[in-house]
Amino acid sequence: MQEKYDYIVIGAGVVGCIIARTLSRYEGKVLLIDKEADICMGTTAANTAIVHAGYDPLPNTLKARMNVEGNPLWDTLAGELNFPFERRGDFVVAVGEDELPALETLMGYAKKNGVPGCQILSGPEVRRREKNITPDVSGALWASTGGICDPFAVTVAAAENAVMNGVVLKLNTEFQDFIMEGDRIIGIKTNQGDFISRWVINSAGLFSDFVMHQAGVRPEFKISPRKGEYFVFDRADVQIDNVLFPVPSDKGKGVLVTTTLHGNTILGPNANIIDDKEDTSTTEAGMNEIWAEANKLVPSLTKKYVIATFAGLRPMGNGPCKTPGVDYNQDYIIEIPEEVKGFVNLGGIESPGLTSAPAIAQEVVDLLKDAGEEFKVKKDYEPIRPARPRFREMSQKDRKLLVDMDPRYGRVICRCENVTEGEIIAEIHAPIPAITYDAIKRRTWLGTGRCQGGFDTPRVVDILARELGVSPLEITKRGKGSEFLTRPTKKVEK
Amino acid sequence: MIKKKIYDVVIIGSGPGGLAAAVAAKKEGAEDVLVIERDTELGGILLQCIHNGFGLEIFNEDLPGPSYAQRYIDEAHELGVESMLDTIVLEVTPGRKLFASSTKHGFVEIDARAIVLAMGCRERTRAMIQIPGMRPAGVYTAGTAQRFTNIEGKMPGERVVILGSGDIGLIMARRLTFEGAKVERVLEILPYLSGLTRNYVQCLQDFDIPLQFEHTVKFIHGKDRVEAVEIAQVDKNWNYVKGSEETIPCDTLLLSVGLIPENELSRQAGVRIDPITGGPYVDESRETNVPGIFAAGNVVHVYDLADWVTLAGYDAGKSAAKFAMALKAKESAHIPVKAGNNVHHVVPHTINKQNLTNDEIELQLRVVRPIEERVMIEVHDGENRIARKAARYARPGEMLTLVLKERHFADVEKADSLTVDVNPR
Amino acid sequence: MVEKRKLICVSCPVGCELEVTLDGNEIVEVEGNTCKLGIDYAEQELFDPRRMVASTVKVKNGYHPLVPVYTEKPVPKPKIFDVLAELRKVEIEAPVSVNDVVIENVLDTGINVIASRDMPKV
Repeated sequence: MQEKYDYIVIGAGVVGCIIARTLSRYEGKVLLIDKEADICMGTTAANTAIVHAGYDPLPNTLKARMNVEGNPLWDTLAGELNFPFERRGDFVVAVGEDELPALETLMGYAKKNGVPGCQILSGPEVRRREKNITPDVSGALWASTGGICDPFAVTVAAAENAVMNGVVLKLNTEFQDFIMEGDRIIGIKTNQGDFISRWVINSAGLFSDFVMHQAGVRPEFKISPRKGEYFVFDRADVQIDNVLFPVPSDKGKGVLVTTTLHGNTILGPNANIIDDKEDTSTTEAGMNEIWAEANKLVPSLTKKYVIATFAGLRPMGNGPCKTPGVDYNQDYIIEIPEEVKGFVNLGGIESPGLTSAPAIAQEVVDLLKDAGEEFKVKKDYEPIRPARPRFREMSQKDRKLLVDMDPRYGRVICRCENVTEGEIIAEIHAPIPAITYDAIKRRTWLGTGRCQGGFDTPRVVDILARELGVSPLEITKRGKGSEFLTRPTKKVEK
Repeated sequence: MIKKKIYDVVIIGSGPGGLAAAVAAKKEGAEDVLVIERDTELGGILLQCIHNGFGLEIFNEDLPGPSYAQRYIDEAHELGVESMLDTIVLEVTPGRKLFASSTKHGFVEIDARAIVLAMGCRERTRAMIQIPGMRPAGVYTAGTAQRFTNIEGKMPGERVVILGSGDIGLIMARRLTFEGAKVERVLEILPYLSGLTRNYVQCLQDFDIPLQFEHTVKFIHGKDRVEAVEIAQVDKNWNYVKGSEETIPCDTLLLSVGLIPENELSRQAGVRIDPITGGPYVDESRETNVPGIFAAGNVVHVYDLADWVTLAGYDAGKSAAKFAMALKAKESAHIPVKAGNNVHHVVPHTINKQNLTNDEIELQLRVVRPIEERVMIEVHDGENRIARKAARYARPGEMLTLVLKERHFADVEKADSLTVDVNPR
Repeated sequence: MVEKRKLICVSCPVGCELEVTLDGNEIVEVEGNTCKLGIDYAEQELFDPRRMVASTVKVKNGYHPLVPVYTEKPVPKPKIFDVLAELRKVEIEAPVSVNDVVIENVLDTGINVIASRDMPKV
């Protein structure tokens, strides 16, 4: 018996999850698949976590529209899904007189794109607002609608709410090909079997080119992974508490000095095109590049307080674009192509893809409506996804109340970030169970502090094994093949 | 369950420093001594250091870590040291209040007359030395691998490269070899050994494990689990020597690249930290800049021998006990003077027993409600009246006084507290 | 025939570098040591090298799956791996007390393997 759906969404990054959540509002069966052991394992897993104002994309592009339409949707999204989100505003910092004209260009974009709340500040004013900035600052564009979020928290919340509202999520499920009937897609083949659906939505991120090619769509389109590397600083040593961009270059928005919702300063990303879509390695050259660039904005940075480095890949598109004179590396594909029926095609959703995600989801619904789909809101649709307690963010008084209520919240497993056993158990048994170390790490922020999991890893392995009823030898970092342990100490093969 | 809210000495951490501090504090006369330990047993990291080499300085014996710890655990129990296990201290205030939590004890607030910080140190991580490459499973600090192997009873890997020639790294090279793993190489970026020479001899040389100085890991390969590391020689400025690169297939990279005193709690408490050691500034009694907060062991600076940590712990425990007992004496010397019936407040708030000599003591008070008739101001100790004085009336706007004279002092000295009432006659 | 051999004394954490002058099977001189232990060590190391062995054995119903153990005295160096193989065969029952004998006279060395901590029963 093949499972039948109305919509299949391929790829559970932030875009796929918010599309699934948006579709879950309406009647119809939705399947969300991802090839990895958890949601949020690709581009969404490693980026700068910024909700962009919209002054950066070229005017008149789909990207610009998605960004500017997406940004204001975040307040409601954060409210309904109960994830942390702060509109701190952001600065594009010009260093030296030469960079000042770039601010005017961006201000022009801002006006054309319809971005509210932007102004150009003088050098001294920028210094007054952020004392650690280089004395050579000549001015900045200030965008008040810029925000910061935690992309894991956003994606998990959206996917969880989707599942609450009936979406079926299948992990470790890799798309292989379409099942066609004439020029109509009627389902997909995966490593976990075939699934039938009236519509298939391609939100496969780095692999979206493969998916559309299997549908015979845009054979010329190619995703180039564009690697971005980052430094993370210890929270105890706050270097900076603002979002600082350099002026953009042909390589993108440039290396930021910015802050996370968790209070860590981060530096990055650079932007280097590579071949391997799974190569999330950090490189010596890359790290040096970021360090040099970041120091141009903030000269007082010191490596002593770096607690982590990581790299992520953005899915850069490269095909010709409908907007005259604009390459796809400047724009998104969001379309129902004419070549096949039953296919919604997304491609090249790199930055500001996170910001745009809620607008993209709406755009997908609108395209489907144009194609004749009828959307009836479910009677029992529940837009609210309740938050779970986060011990580390609580006052001592609230902690006491929580521990009195459930003593498992009294046992701290990650000492740097104060993550408790209660929180870990809650994530393991959540609507989307966190069954790998990394899944728990992303949801609770455990292991991200200065000891980088040195203390918590054996304890988390223990808790996972106990809660899942398996041997600790089966517990993985990020899915099959990434087991932490090899055998019982005393079992030596002779 | 813990019985008390106030302790003479609270010790955070039960490694060699903490246990020694607890034992010494008890011996010095502290009555209520509490050790808070985040693990489920006393002993700290000693419990996973199952190799010999402990106790040579103190016992003139060559003991494994657990045996060494056991002696202090037993002594602490015999002396009546209390402990809270599986409990994390979340915050220490400069006023020596502790917030701690655990599943067993719940969320607790404890007041300490003196505190000994004995949290030890943590290991430097991959990120702190910024090794480029992928982020697969199989990269562990040596201490984490040691816990897996020796306590949890599971092997962290089979083919191992160790970066850093610190003692834990050398010890783990032998330990993993003992349990059937293959240690391919030990690398040290410096031109000399970081750990003890004897550990080089008995952990590497004995088992023909190659050690390379001025070498480091350049790149970690493997998406899910470590598949290989690329290593390279470095010059004096730690730049890679071109052409020296070599790829070693392995499933595990252990890091033994240094220890850092663990002082997040100390900072919260206002303890001043020496940027050179990463630990608190202490005086010869091991007291920090915050009165009543002491520190000893690896939390102050990293030692090479546990025996020396124990000796430092003794000092801190002894000093903490002295501080606590002096404070207690001062507390018990003060008799609280409480506002009783219809009394709004009394000044002075306390009477110091040591000052009960010749001078009279005037109590000044105000009433809550007016009484427009003759009143009696009475001082009692809860049962017996000590002094009294009549007045024509009592009005909140007009302060009343009562003088305690030499003839009252014998009764005052015996009292736990004094209460002042103002009642109609 | 007189020869010189270099050794590092492991008797204590100081780790003295010894230079031993040998005449056939006879030690003529030990240099570089800072205490008497160095001379004993040289003698031992050259003619009958021995090491303390510390490892673990399985324990049934214990608070942990393993209990740490060690040889009361150093065992001959060539027997280290044989001792370890013996330890792998053993499974003891909790509760265990520190200094309990886990293997008596291991491999006829005359040396006992003992527990290095208490292991309560669960």
